Amino acid sequence: MTLRIDIPEETFRSILAKAFGNTAFVTGFAITVLIVAMAVISYVWTPYDVTKLVIADKTQGPSLAHWFGTDHFGRDILSMIMVGARNSIAVALVAVGIGMGVGVPLGTFAAARGGLVDEALMRVNDLVFAFPALLSAIMITAIFGPGAVNAIIAIGIFNIPVFARVARAGALAVWPREFILAARAAGKSRTQISIEHVLPNIATLLLVQGTIQFALGILAEAGLSYLGLGAQPPMPSWGRMLFDAQTRMVVAPWMAIFPGMAIVVTVLGLNLLGDGIADILDPKSRRQR
Amino acid sequence: MSLLEIENLSLTIGDTPILKEIELSVAPGEIMGLVGESGSGKSMTALTVMRLLPHAARATGRVTFDGIDILAATEDQMCALRGDDIGMVFQEPMTALNPVKTIGEQVAEGIRWHTRASRADAEERARKMLDRVGLPSAKFPLSRYPHELSGGQRQRVVIAIACALKPKLLIADEPTTALDVVLQAQILDLLRDLVAESRMGLLLISHDLAVVTEMADRITILRHGEVMEAGDTASTLSGQLHPYTRQLAQASMHVPARAKPHLVGTDQPLLQVEGITRDYPGRRTSLFRRAPAIRAVDDVSLSMAPGQSVALVGRSGCGKSTLARMILALDRPSSGAIRFRGEAITGKSEAELKPARRDMQVVFQDPYGSFDPRQKVEKLVAEPLHVLEKKPTRAESREMVAHALHEVGLDQRDMDKYPHEFSGGQRQRLSIARAIITRPKLVVADEPVSALDVSIRAQILDLFAGLNQKLGIAYLFITHDLTVARAITDEVLVMHEGKIVERGKTNDVLDHPQSEAARALVAAAPDLHRAIAKRMQEQG
Repeated sequence: MTLRIDIPEETFRSILAKAFGNTAFVTGFAITVLIVAMAVISYVWTPYDVTKLVIADKTQGPSLAHWFGTDHFGRDILSMIMVGARNSIAVALVAVGIGMGVGVPLGTFAAARGGLVDEALMRVNDLVFAFPALLSAIMITAIFGPGAVNAIIAIGIFNIPVFARVARAGALAVWPREFILAARAAGKSRTQISIEHVLPNIATLLLVQGTIQFALGILAEAGLSYLGLGAQPPMPSWGRMLFDAQTRMVVAPWMAIFPGMAIVVTVLGLNLLGDGIADILDPKSRRQR
Repeated sequence: MSLLEIENLSLTIGDTPILKEIELSVAPGEIMGLVGESGSGKSMTALTVMRLLPHAARATGRVTFDGIDILAATEDQMCALRGDDIGMVFQEPMTALNPVKTIGEQVAEGIRWHTRASRADAEERARKMLDRVGLPSAKFPLSRYPHELSGGQRQRVVIAIACALKPKLLIADEPTTALDVVLQAQILDLLRDLVAESRMGLLLISHDLAVVTEMADRITILRHGEVMEAGDTASTLSGQLHPYTRQLAQASMHVPARAKPHLVGTDQPLLQVEGITRDYPGRRTSLFRRAPAIRAVDDVSLSMAPGQSVALVGRSGCGKSTLARMILALDRPSSGAIRFRGEAITGKSEAELKPARRDMQVVFQDPYGSFDPRQKVEKLVAEPLHVLEKKPTRAESREMVAHALHEVGLDQRDMDKYPHEFSGGQRQRLSIARAIITRPKLVVADEPVSALDVSIRAQILDLFAGLNQKLGIAYLFITHDLTVARAITDEVLVMHEGKIVERGKTNDVLDHPQSEAARALVAAAPDLHRAIAKRMQEQG
């Protein structure tokens, strides 16, 4: 068929207009902004001090004074969720950074070289990938001791093969295109081509994978904290709050419900955001309606 | 009575008018040719008849097929029509078939769905149909997958699917555009026979006036969604009363004005290719065994003088593009040597190749695929500058890009745009601007005009000819289109199954082909003059 639907001119404004017409993006974006805002505000103000134990107020249900109730030490759960958001976001963000920083160059390099180099890199990648994230995190924290930094490294290492694969798959689809051949005929080296032509063309793919890994990072951090391998007390974290709530589920269900909700809502928001970005930026995934 | 009657059809997508008051009819056993350049609304007309339009499209007017009002029919009624009474053949045989189903399944699928035939019956009918389109089951069992067939064979399967239920109307949307001329002639013959056999109506959509003239009884010429002229093929084209018809006919026979071949007076050949061969390893049949290697290029030698234009013609898959890639040092030959300006370029590292790269550029076929969609024209056109010994500054580079754009007839303000803001013909100009920016001695052009409309093609051929005159660039034109070869080159090489089987002056070879392969190419090439003469003769 000679029918060719030209990609309309994509200005910043048209992308913005499209973004705000996309329900998934708007919802995801709103949730993400809310969570980040909570984390930022917690640096200057929280309803109560999370390090102060007020035994007189322990395990109170949600009330006007304590919106989300208090825990078994009388700490305000809303304040703890706010401070915990910092930790979750920081850990997930740096872990995504590590994954992208190492994985993307690795994947594009493998795609550019091909042959044995590609094969070897990808098999090592598979090996790392074969370990469940939590297992490798437990291993690392078992060796280096628990703490937020070790959690970041553990989750970051788990992210590397994910990004390497996505980058390699995307790059492999770009390499056979004619404009790459044209660049080669112009005498550009493989590294130059990878940086100038391949990376911008797979950026969307990486951005979407980034938001998904960010959500998974938050889950992983919660999992590690739950096992006591993440951030250490008195620093509150969502996973640890769940652990504390576990034995008091019947007497103080709010202790589990609110941190649990925080995790679910954040992960949901980030996934929606990723879906939304994919829909907006990739003309191929845009459904015709 | 007409089989298909389109009256006063208008179509809008969103607020954009696509078709305006189209009138068209097809009688049983008749071939109606629908001609127009890209964006003229040919495909949209076909999709309206099939009711396969995008959701935002709104059609008004009347489309009647065999007494059924198509625009008012329900989706269920349309499902019953599609594939049963109306068949459709698409342009791209590579993507029109499902890669994970066998050809037998794909042909039988429609038969079973529409006739509720048993699996065995449907398979039997599928076998007969495939046999009819020239894929006898002894040689091409039903269990073949699409990737095991060549492009022409796949298009036969697509036709078998479309004609399996003896439709009353067949819509063929550019059925041969993706095929080489020899395959094109075979597929057109097949379509003609099928029409004669079952008195099927055929709506043949094409941008190629010569093809339509050879095939169609009547012709409708579309432009910007409007019917320009319609009528009997022979009288419409011999008369050429409408200015647009005349313009199209002239563009498809266009030969650029060229003075004497521009030869730079040196004895040393610009390019020498000596006995090069390229083998691709065969597919691994087991862990330790491979199928024998496939020889894509077999002991090819050629030589080009500075400023000379040489055509390399041959059918698809004959090794033309592989040869071109080796000349451009993008692929290494298995044996043999390539010398550019007397220096060997085979087996050199990328750094050692830089001086050669400066004088050797390339123009690709697909004006859509040969630009990085994420970069601006300035960067894209300036890309080859990077091989210069002294890297130009930003200002110098902008200056050179502006100059190159000017030379190919574009505005220097265009350098701040993205490739998608240009039409196909403009993009091919950009591609040429990128190729000439380093003032190369040789430009290898791989089917540079075959994706373009006839009028644009004429302009681009003029541009190539003009640059040859002005800058003394030598061209190696790779093409399967003999009119292009004739229009722009001095010498021609005919390639067949990896070997060069004939060479000589372009006109000599094309007028009196000696080898089997060259004769087949010449005989199959559609020619508007010849087609019109034949039509006139038939009608007395």
